[in-house]
Amino acid sequence: MLDLFSALFTDYTLRNVALGCAVLGVVSGVLGCFAVLRRQGLLGDALAHATLPGVCVAFILTGTRTPAILLLGAAISASLGALLILAVVGGTRIKQDAALGIVLSVFFGAGTVMLTYIAGTGNSGQSGLDRFIFGQAATIVREDVVTMGILAGIALVVVAVLFKEFKILSFDPEFAASMGYPVGKLNILLTALIVVAIVIGIQTVGVILMAAMLITPAAAARQWTDKLSMMVFVSGFFGALSGVSGAMVSASGSNLPTGPIIVLAATGIFLLSLVFGARHGFLWSRLRERRNRRAALEGGSP
Amino acid sequence: MRQVEMGNRSGRNLEALPDEMPLEVSGLTVAYRDKPVLWDITFEVPEGQLVAIVGPNGAGKTTLLKAVMGMIEPAAGRALVYGMPFEKARHLVGYVPQRGSVDWDFPTSALDVVQMGLYGKLGWFRRPGRKEREKAMECLEQVGIASFADRQISQLSGGQQQRVFLARALAQDANLYLTDEPFAAVDYKTERAIVELLRELKSQGKTVVVVHHDLGTVPEYFDRVVILNKNLVAEGPVGKVFNKENLSEAYGGNVSYLAGS
Repeated sequence: MLDLFSALFTDYTLRNVALGCAVLGVVSGVLGCFAVLRRQGLLGDALAHATLPGVCVAFILTGTRTPAILLLGAAISASLGALLILAVVGGTRIKQDAALGIVLSVFFGAGTVMLTYIAGTGNSGQSGLDRFIFGQAATIVREDVVTMGILAGIALVVVAVLFKEFKILSFDPEFAASMGYPVGKLNILLTALIVVAIVIGIQTVGVILMAAMLITPAAAARQWTDKLSMMVFVSGFFGALSGVSGAMVSASGSNLPTGPIIVLAATGIFLLSLVFGARHGFLWSRLRERRNRRAALEGGSP
Repeated sequence: MRQVEMGNRSGRNLEALPDEMPLEVSGLTVAYRDKPVLWDITFEVPEGQLVAIVGPNGAGKTTLLKAVMGMIEPAAGRALVYGMPFEKARHLVGYVPQRGSVDWDFPTSALDVVQMGLYGKLGWFRRPGRKEREKAMECLEQVGIASFADRQISQLSGGQQQRVFLARALAQDANLYLTDEPFAAVDYKTERAIVELLRELKSQGKTVVVVHHDLGTVPEYFDRVVILNKNLVAEGPVGKVFNKENLSEAYGGNVSYLAGS
């Protein structure tokens, strides 16, 4: 364990992997807060699955495995998925949950078929595309970290600059609209940023489990604070923590897929938060309850 | 638009306000898909009045407010605020949405919610600072819950939550207030506090439109009433139009509370 920890600073490969996972954790943690508070956790899930055909089409068209190109394909495909969800909800009597389910399964199904097709062509470059399903941190190189870092930087700056706008959009969109905020456009922007977080994450965590990275750190952070800015900060930290610990375990030679390990780490943090969380943790709530009950029985006030 | 009058009216805090009705709705028709929700609604709200909008569930009361604020595109007709389209007059309007329209578990405090009323004046990107904090505190004091400023909003009672929403509208420093069911499910004390607040606003020459469900309190609380049921049934001073005939037309059949009067 200690060796692994020191390797984090000395081992070139591990450092890149850990850095990449940390970046992904921060971005998905921060944007996940808004997704969770707006009850859009499952939108993240559908859009993550919707990236897969984009990755495949980008590979079929260009024949390269350059991350930037594959991720661009992923982003386009997820955006198409988002538009399709909007169109289904707005244009038919089908409700949001069904629309999410349809888009998720259709896109993921198409992506899986394309992966099989690509494998069948025997193209020498194809090996490794299936890493997008469960994620593979070991393949992260410096170039990937730079791409992820730039995307993450842009997303975080936008959140910082528009923090007050995103807050009111998430809490009370009607009131925001009455004051003249372009609620529709802000919605699209926030969804686009969630797509950016997904695109950063799919290489490492994989499309199947990416939604967990949006939802779990945010849900954990909510247990510690009643303030949005603090929640965003804590969630980003929890995301990074899960990313790094997942990367270390996965890279320690156990050959375990990174995505599931990172998600398990995040889930561990979530469970601890659920029990020990300072604001809403189970333990403190129980203690407060008991104290109040005793005070009431003794005729005093809490 | 008629001439702009320069601050010579008493009880005004705005130097220049168009000499027009605070709200003028004409021929407003709203449809969801193929279903008409509001049909050819025409009425005016004069300055400095407390106006109730009443009607049975599904009568289109909330839709009317949303159409006035341009959140719903009307199929026909229009609404003017101080003689202007809403987009040009929104700084003169304060809005209190239904309490149930937001998630009260949201990680934010009462004071923080009230500060949202100041976002419009802050504009893009700028964060609320000390000045905004103080102003928000004043508004919380005005509705009598300053001591709960730092509470997370789910730890407030329903009445206190409603007061937070009213305080947020006060922070908007508006001339016309559009409020959606502010009296819904509040305790007696809060109801009295809200009535006092509305009267205070009226005494400052402000105009308040209230979507209201409790017919029994209409004569006591309001100057004018708009009775709706998809169509406009009646509108005018409470003494003139708030009668059994109009109410039975809107609500269909007996309106029990008026039976004895």
